[in-house]
Amino acid sequence: MSAELIMQVQGLRRDYVQPSDFIDFIGRKLRGQGKPPPVQAVMGVDLDIRHGEVLAVVGESGCGKTTLGRMLTGIIPPTAGRVLYKGRDIAGLTGAARREYDLAVQMIFQDPYSSLNPRMRVGDIIGEAPVVHGLVSRAERDEYVCSLLRKVGLDPGYRERYPHQFSGGQRQRVGVARALALKPSIIVCDEAVAALDVSIQAQVLNLFMDLRRDFDLTYVFISHNLGVVSHISDRVAIMYLGRLVELADTEEIFARANHPYTQALLKELPVLSAGKRRFDPISGELPSPANPPSGCAFHPRCPLAMAKCREERPVLQEVAPQHWSACHLNDVSGAAGAAGPGTPVADRHLHNAPQTETA
Amino acid sequence: MAKQSDMNGNNDLLLDVQGLKTWFYTRDGVVKAVDGVSLQLKRGEILGLVGESGSGKSVTGFSIMGLVGERGKVHAERMMFDGYDLTKVSAEQMRSLRGSRLAMIFQDPMMTLNPTLRIDTQMMEAVHAHEKVSRRAARERSLEVLRMVGIPAPEARLKAYPHHLSGGMRQRIAIAIALLNAPKLIIADEPTTALDVTIQGQILYEVQKLCREMGTALIWITHDLALVSGLADRMAVMYAGHIVESTSTAELIERPMHPYTHGLMSSIPSLGTRGQPLFQIPGSTPSLLHLPPGCAFRTRCYRADAQCEHAPSLLPVGDDHLVSCWHSGEKS
Amino acid sequence: MSRVAQQGPAVAALEESTARLETSRWRRFVAQFASSKAAMVSLLVLLVAIGAAVLAPWISPQNPYDLAALDILDAKLPPGSKNFDGSLTYWLGTDGQARDVLSAILYGMRTSLFVGFVSVTAAFLIGAAVGLIAAYFGGRMDAFLMRLVDMQLSFPSILVALVLLAALGKGVDKVIIALIVVQWAYFARAARAAAIVERNKEYVEAASCMALSWHRILWRHVFPNCIPPLMVIATIDLAHAIALEATLSFLGVGVPVTEPSLGMLISNGFEFLLSGTYWICFFPGIALAVVVVSINLVGDHLRDILNPRNEV
Repeated sequence: MSAELIMQVQGLRRDYVQPSDFIDFIGRKLRGQGKPPPVQAVMGVDLDIRHGEVLAVVGESGCGKTTLGRMLTGIIPPTAGRVLYKGRDIAGLTGAARREYDLAVQMIFQDPYSSLNPRMRVGDIIGEAPVVHGLVSRAERDEYVCSLLRKVGLDPGYRERYPHQFSGGQRQRVGVARALALKPSIIVCDEAVAALDVSIQAQVLNLFMDLRRDFDLTYVFISHNLGVVSHISDRVAIMYLGRLVELADTEEIFARANHPYTQALLKELPVLSAGKRRFDPISGELPSPANPPSGCAFHPRCPLAMAKCREERPVLQEVAPQHWSACHLNDVSGAAGAAGPGTPVADRHLHNAPQTETA
Repeated sequence: MAKQSDMNGNNDLLLDVQGLKTWFYTRDGVVKAVDGVSLQLKRGEILGLVGESGSGKSVTGFSIMGLVGERGKVHAERMMFDGYDLTKVSAEQMRSLRGSRLAMIFQDPMMTLNPTLRIDTQMMEAVHAHEKVSRRAARERSLEVLRMVGIPAPEARLKAYPHHLSGGMRQRIAIAIALLNAPKLIIADEPTTALDVTIQGQILYEVQKLCREMGTALIWITHDLALVSGLADRMAVMYAGHIVESTSTAELIERPMHPYTHGLMSSIPSLGTRGQPLFQIPGSTPSLLHLPPGCAFRTRCYRADAQCEHAPSLLPVGDDHLVSCWHSGEKS
Repeated sequence: MSRVAQQGPAVAALEESTARLETSRWRRFVAQFASSKAAMVSLLVLLVAIGAAVLAPWISPQNPYDLAALDILDAKLPPGSKNFDGSLTYWLGTDGQARDVLSAILYGMRTSLFVGFVSVTAAFLIGAAVGLIAAYFGGRMDAFLMRLVDMQLSFPSILVALVLLAALGKGVDKVIIALIVVQWAYFARAARAAAIVERNKEYVEAASCMALSWHRILWRHVFPNCIPPLMVIATIDLAHAIALEATLSFLGVGVPVTEPSLGMLISNGFEFLLSGTYWICFFPGIALAVVVVSINLVGDHLRDILNPRNEV
């Protein structure tokens, strides 16, 4: 894995305008309000994706990871921000260069049941786009599809079948073959193994790793499952309500998680335990992107929240080499109760009471 | 059929199921979704029923609840619950048991909640279905269970419709409804699978607290071995309609004996499995229409041999540890 | 309530877990269709009617529009009578111009079915195209197209057809055009509804991820999945079209006399209905009713089994 950046995302934002009907429109006019404010699904994300790495994007519902993935693949256009592919701004690309980018980033979807066109044969699902884009000729198509099916571990004889004749795990493999058919550089996996049984999940994860090696792929792995992420990814980015809150190498995050949200997620992670666990969850509900909390979006649920967290939104700071976190607890300003960035997870709770302890 | 070793404890058994078979007669053949399952549960015990899709774990839960439709035939040698013989009970009696002593929570809370009715209507209806109490008393009880499942501002929640609430909140209300009539046993079918991790944690905490405080027994059906291991007293692993291993949680985690259990546990990705390929059980679940003769796991098992062409049965291998395998033994 | 849901959550869980590698979709469809006896009988009747209509020139006892074959003395003969030299039995009698009613029905059905099928097919394609485009592009395009549809649907079909035919004149092709204009809007609305559901599914997102053009996505991916509801509408609409055409012909503004449809026959026989020679009007009426009811029964059953919940 080289340190060369294959893709950079700068200030990426995606807003959704809430649709309002006519009655609502009149109501607003009468009350003197303007248009309804847009819902910000993704609120300014900066990410560098290194060639050959597996970058995990982790978060729960409403954090914007799905929207982010769709913006990376070009399914949804961003409302603001830049995407750079191999150093060039994609907004400026036209013609062949633009086509190259369009094909270079592909996606594998979550639901094996709705991500394949139920009325197309599997061979057509895989083979359609390469022929349309001229990657293979019509004559070579059949051979190409067979070789792809073999690579993902399916019998090429099945290419005349329809998706409903396959199991969930097999359908995911077809989805992988479809993405591979366009010879991509980056594959965005949007919860690609979430709907699979554990034993099938293991097979598909192993497949991902083999393909990465064989085809020199880069993965953006979107998931809510930190167990899978801990196994497969090189770096982890944690998202909460449309923003990045932490970014670091996998081993670093699991050993020294900095942001309280990350720490909470890690505590929830189910592990095989012989005895009964004491569950100690964080309270509160996930906020709705339509109505975000002021200041730090996590402050209503954070066990370590301070007054500052309600007023000012924290930005990503480098708290350790290659480890960024957006939390006011890291501010080296002598604030009472602040624990330093390198403090082990367990010790943070000791600093809850107002002490004069500083980093 | 093997019986548990503590015969004298039979009176404490809340649930005693022996030889449960639920077969579906479809156009393409007979699907033996559950083919000889035996479960025993003491009062207040938590059992984790673990399996992948097609294992029959959900259908087992439905069979006990009597929710299997007309196309399925449920047959059991013995199905005793709290002194009632569920194999002989009438539909009317079953209806009165369901919701009062025996409750179920589904994966999708909208299977419990009616989208067109307010929460208070639904909850009070559930109370009135089993007991003649005043509206005020029913409302009081509804508020009480809502507080028990940790819902803030329960009075406001009562007036809401399901679509006003988040997924996690709905599931909590579904659990509250299950608790309304103080059931002895709750069967929970993948209740947190569709929920976010932090909400899942909250629900697990509430459920654990409730079972402890109210002495309710719980069967938690899931595919997530790790999750339920932190909650359950006992665990049973199912494959293709059979229970392949059943013992206490500690014993299962520390000394699993069945090759399928080994496979399941080794396939779980974690920080410890980084860098190497995950162990994968080869192949996939066989179609329940065409199960191979003998042990259903035979085609995927690393210990399989000619003997496995004869179906094994659940036999004790040590203290309170049942395994269905000719080659059971600790992982090599 | 869906069939699967009716059987309880147990079967729902089961359907998911059983591998469906066995039955092909077509065989399942056929089996489901065959489960309704009423629909099967109707389908049979319909096929017989279509077969008879197509083969009319060969199987009808007489060509009723060949003036040379008519013998005016045979006019208004009751059903079952024979012609002058006994070579031909008028099974359903003859009309005022000595035309054999049975032959007239066969030829009439030909015209009726032809007009019906052609107009429904064209309306299907036009309406589907409009609906799909409206759904895919949304926004102003959608609003504009759907207002057109709404306007079309707010006028009674007979009124629109009458006005059009008054402007265009008589003729089979003019009738077909009028019927297309009246019917396309139903298809547009149904296509749009189906396409809106499909548009958000992941396989459409996958297609746009693969940089396929919008017309390819619409035609190759979205359209095939919108067909089931459109098929149901097409079937029921066929019945409407045939009935509407019959009405227009009955009113005298539809097909010309040289190519009569069932409606025209009914119209011609109407004056005789109460004067004892009922068969001139009655039998074509029965034929029309049978065809329309069969189509409706087949369409009803199709709607039940093609319901998206029962699909993959």
